[in-house]
Amino acid sequence: MGRYVLKRLLLLVPVVIGIMLITFLMKALIPTDAATAIYQGQLSEQDAAQAIAALRAKYHLDLPWYEQFLLYVGDLAHGDLGESIRLRKPVIDEIGYRYVNTILLTGAALAIALVVGLATGILAAARRNTWLDVTATTIGLFGISMPAFFFGLLLILLCSVWLRILPVVPHGPLAIVLPAVALGLIEAAPLSRVARSSMIDVLRRDYIQAARARGASEIALILCHALPNALIVVLTVVGLQIGNLLGGAFIVETIFSWHGIGELAVNAIQWRDFALTQAIILISAVTYLVINLVADILYAWLDPRVELVS
Amino acid sequence: MSEALLEEPVFEAVPRWRQLLGRLLRNRSAVAGSTVLLILVLLAAFAPLIAPYDPFKINPAQRLMPPGALHWLGTDEVGRDLLSRIIHGTRYFLLICAVTASISASIGTVLGLIAGAGSSLTDGIIMRMIDILLAFPYILMVLVVVAILGPSLWTGMAAVGIAGIPGYARLVRSAVLTIKAEDYVVSVRALGASEAEILFRTVLPNVLSPLIVYLSFATPLAALLASALSFAGLGTQPPAPEWGAMLVNSRTYLFSAWWAVAAPGTALFISIFGMNILGNGLRDVLDPRS
Repeated sequence: MGRYVLKRLLLLVPVVIGIMLITFLMKALIPTDAATAIYQGQLSEQDAAQAIAALRAKYHLDLPWYEQFLLYVGDLAHGDLGESIRLRKPVIDEIGYRYVNTILLTGAALAIALVVGLATGILAAARRNTWLDVTATTIGLFGISMPAFFFGLLLILLCSVWLRILPVVPHGPLAIVLPAVALGLIEAAPLSRVARSSMIDVLRRDYIQAARARGASEIALILCHALPNALIVVLTVVGLQIGNLLGGAFIVETIFSWHGIGELAVNAIQWRDFALTQAIILISAVTYLVINLVADILYAWLDPRVELVS
Repeated sequence: MSEALLEEPVFEAVPRWRQLLGRLLRNRSAVAGSTVLLILVLLAAFAPLIAPYDPFKINPAQRLMPPGALHWLGTDEVGRDLLSRIIHGTRYFLLICAVTASISASIGTVLGLIAGAGSSLTDGIIMRMIDILLAFPYILMVLVVVAILGPSLWTGMAAVGIAGIPGYARLVRSAVLTIKAEDYVVSVRALGASEAEILFRTVLPNVLSPLIVYLSFATPLAALLASALSFAGLGTQPPAPEWGAMLVNSRTYLFSAWWAVAAPGTALFISIFGMNILGNGLRDVLDPRS
């Protein structure tokens, strides 16, 4: 087990370097760098040229790209993600609290997605080919066809305007409710599909028939005998879905003004703030890799048939 | 005895594509989905004839009018007719679907074929590259490309198209590897066919089924993402009547004019829903395992 984890961690190294290189090469390809963008149309031409030159020197934008890359990797090794050219402060200061916010939001959304997705999936599988199954499957199809931004706006309209159960601009702990519900319900749809099909698959096995013959109740059969095995498949999908949650977060955070890294990513790209964009992408990609690694290890731990070899 | 066998009536073989077409026409969700797609195509083709107003015509006197006899779906914040903008929006929607799917499917298929059919060295190199790209969540890849190229309709489409390449490449590669090991491919090779002949005449046609099924599910996802980009200001820019971009300004008026948000949102939802049920139908017909 220990060796497997170590091996997987070592395998992450080339992938992380690859990701750093990709994000870094972005800059070589960006037509206007941040230094030009920030002063565009704000100062007289001469002042702007001077200010731009100063900024470029300060942020090493005038060096060849490979030297900039080495500087960047060196800084990373010291835990320095660079400085946001737009916000004029270290990137880490801005990303830190937003990262926590995004983790909170995706965590809450994942909990909602799991509860709703598993419940509907199991119910549909247990009552296969009944109206319940058809309804759950149809709602699931609605879920995967629904644009996240439209669903978010509909939720605001429904809860804050028509039903008036939430303030238009919620503060404090209430603020997370709508974004988490929006993100969670959309992710529940694919999860429900997987839960249904893996449950149906497990319910067909011989050992379930054996348990049924021994007189296990239908509820015990589903929850105690079938569910643990069905969950194994669901778990791997959850790991992959974290990527979708991160993706959904960039839209949902924008709609609900939730100050997470998704909202920041949209702004950073519009500002052409390179250090900020790069740090967000690096951090999100690494988070995603680590979560998938954890999911794989859990998977192997839950299912003794999966051997821990890479 | 052998003569009697020869005289048995010989059933004329029905071509495979006609068998499939027949099964597709008997599949309810495939028919419903194709109908939605057909309506979209017709609306897009004849948009200027069908749309009651100019989709760009600003009319401040009639701003934020609720749905009514004059404007069936109401008007937006500068008085443009929403129905006309939705109808013209079908052009953007179909363009986005076609361009993103062509980019991802063509490059992905070529890479997958090379990886699956080539030497273990080329396979290794291509798959390591694909692994690194897949380690990136889909959305981050899109954001990287948009960050490089800057936000616009074409860069948004390019970004979504490029981000879809690894998925297709992996699918085609694994299909090629499975098919290569099948008995009929081994027989064709034993009969003396060249590797290129085997790849293009025997393997490729058999990769088409999984490819079409994947295409039918990946395309609506790509279209959703492209309009989400426009909505966030990173794709198609207003005043283009692209459905995601139409919401950029209207969402400010959510509380006073819900219809300006509901119209493009619903149009997008119905179109994606139609493509998804078409995908379900195609999968039932083309994938014998399901």
